[in-house]
Amino acid sequence: MKFLVCISNVPDTTTKIAFTPDNKEFNKAGVQFVINPWDEYALTRAIELKEAQGGGTVTVLNVGEADTEPNIRKALAIGADDAIRVNAFPKDAFFVAQQIASIAKDGGYDVILMGKESIDYNGFQVHGMVGELLGIPTVAPAMKLDMSGNTATLEREIEGGKEIVEVNTPFVASCQQPMCEPRIPNMRGIMTARTKPLKVVEPVGDAPRTEVAVYALPPKKEGVKLIPAENAGELIKLLRNEAKVI
Amino acid sequence: MSVLVVVECDGGEVKKSSLEVASYGSQVAQMLGTTATAVAVGEATEANLAQLGEQGITKVLYDAEPRLKDFVNGAYTKLIAAAAQQEDAKVIVLANSNIGAAVGSRLSVRLQASLVTNVIELPKNEGGQFTVKRGAFSGKALADVVLSSDRKILAVKKNSIEALHEAGKTAQVESFSAQLTDADFADAPKQVIMQEQTGGVLLPEADKVVSGGRGMKGPENWNLIEDLAKALGAATACSKPVSDVDWRPHHEHVGQTGITVSPNLYIACGISGAIQHLAGVNSSKVIVVINKDPEAPFFKAADYGIVGDVFDVLPKLTQAVKELG
Ligand SMILES: Cc1cc2nc3c(=O)[nH]c(=O)nc-3n(C[C@H](O)[C@H](O)[C@H](O)COP(=O)(O)OP(=O)(O)OC[C@H]3O[C@@H](n4cnc5c(N)ncnc54)[C@H](O)[C@@H]3O)c2cc1C
Ligand SMILES: Cc1cc2nc3c(=O)[nH]c(=O)nc-3n(C[C@H](O)[C@H](O)[C@H](O)COP(=O)(O)OP(=O)(O)OC[C@H]3O[C@@H](n4cnc5c(N)ncnc54)[C@H](O)[C@@H]3O)c2cc1C
Repeated sequence: MKFLVCISNVPDTTTKIAFTPDNKEFNKAGVQFVINPWDEYALTRAIELKEAQGGGTVTVLNVGEADTEPNIRKALAIGADDAIRVNAFPKDAFFVAQQIASIAKDGGYDVILMGKESIDYNGFQVHGMVGELLGIPTVAPAMKLDMSGNTATLEREIEGGKEIVEVNTPFVASCQQPMCEPRIPNMRGIMTARTKPLKVVEPVGDAPRTEVAVYALPPKKEGVKLIPAENAGELIKLLRNEAKVI
Repeated sequence: MSVLVVVECDGGEVKKSSLEVASYGSQVAQMLGTTATAVAVGEATEANLAQLGEQGITKVLYDAEPRLKDFVNGAYTKLIAAAAQQEDAKVIVLANSNIGAAVGSRLSVRLQASLVTNVIELPKNEGGQFTVKRGAFSGKALADVVLSSDRKILAVKKNSIEALHEAGKTAQVESFSAQLTDADFADAPKQVIMQEQTGGVLLPEADKVVSGGRGMKGPENWNLIEDLAKALGAATACSKPVSDVDWRPHHEHVGQTGITVSPNLYIACGISGAIQHLAGVNSSKVIVVINKDPEAPFFKAADYGIVGDVFDVLPKLTQAVKELG
């Protein structure tokens, strides 16, 4: 079975967010980029399923410029077999989805796995767009994924519960915990990753449909009002009379 | 030309987030000089749908097909696309929920629309540009996004828009059919399993949340969290390490890698306030922190705080809520 795992290159979760002076772009200076945490679930689960099937391939795909390659190599070190980078800045979700759909179709992939959402742009939309572009089902967000032959059984999170869904290949799923325990690269993985194939291709498709005009930081909090512990009940009065939330 | 609003219903009732979505849609319609129609999904009653008039909706389309009671991506997408065609909808508004995102993303491709999720304000339509504000970088930033397609889809974040309540106004409820076939239900769930919620309050929809971290010491102490939550009518939540060690179920874990909540009130008990935790709660209107360490980073993000022991403070708070009546 052929697995395609889409990974997004995002600022580390502890990053202090700042923008360029014109507030039009995210300021990358000094920022450490990582594989989007949710995409690590997709990657590890694909590798586990491949191992369980005793054959097949796991390809990682990123839409990004050359500076994303260290994280693509990291995905190869974790256990993907090969990688594709679409050489373009990921302009918007629709642009990215078109690249993924085109590669998925040409490569005849059976299972297309992603993360639930990117932690930078928080779009939560690429998976649905890819499914629609390919005319195949998308299950998002999935907490569990098992395969038996060409049929997958997934647990999809819904507000307040979960659904058990069955789909046949090809399909798209976006992954989140507790799907698996994301793997970290070991020494052998890091060595072999250097020689695994990483193909660079040029983008296809139509223009993006959205554009960020300007970024801003959220308004600052006024500062905390402390209530002495021995007087804890006072807090409840403030929540009712001052904050008016209870 | 019109604005189409997707309204999610459950057990006959319109979800609170959908009342916000309806109010958002009717205000966009007013801005564009048109009216707002709703299309309802899930289990609804005619009386509750008619009441959407209070949120400024003039007409509600409803397909009573029983298989639409639970979420089915294929069928929901086709139904809403058909409603959008019939109503010549230029703007489609839905909730930024798991259903809204799943349907919205497919619709954007099918209807060649610009899609913006996580929307937190009404749009601006000035100088030929349609712009809307959304949250990004897990609540650490805001972005003004321009939608360039003729058709636009907006997924509105919970609790960012005040629901309208114009008492006495009713919407006209019309039955609607998208001629759905068995094929549209191919991805229907085999089974739907709902979790038990503390006091029956659903965390993602909750107005108030009481949340516990490692400072609670063990699952046997969660009655303190639950008692306060019950007294307040709040949902319960937890930090990631707490669900990792199974003190609490995974669906209660909030943060960067859990669910994002934006209630009016978030009470954090024995949670340090790591940046990844804040990412899931930082758009709450009022944040209360109870922690014995005055240096805990959470205090920097809080509106109210108590430096103290949760085992001492929580019972006092529960008592004080009960005394409020
Ligand atoms: C400086 C900057 C400016 C940006 N400007 C815009 C803008 O103007 N408009 C706009 O819409 N977006 C913009 N983005 C967001 C960027 O284009 C996103 O990567 C893209 O929109 C997809 O992210 P998402 O949050 O929508 O994806 P989601 O739908 O949240 O992602 C779901 C999954 O899709 C996969 N995925 C996402 N992105 C990629 C990728 N690049 N390669 C491979 N797989 C991927 C991952 O598996 C991910 O977990 C900007 C980002 C940056 C850093
Ligand atoms: C990629 C990544 C993603 C992550 N995603 C998430 C996420 O989604 N959600 C999340 O929550 N975390 C997440 N984390 C983990 C996060 O970094 C923190 O480790 C975690 O939030 C800490 O949980 P905590 O506050 O419960 O525990 P701790 O950090 O151990 O804090 C416990 C607090 O309780 C206080 N305390 C102890 N005893 C008492 C008492 N008797 N009375 C009052 N206070 C007391 C202590 O002073 C301390 O501040 C993520 C981490 C990474 C690296």
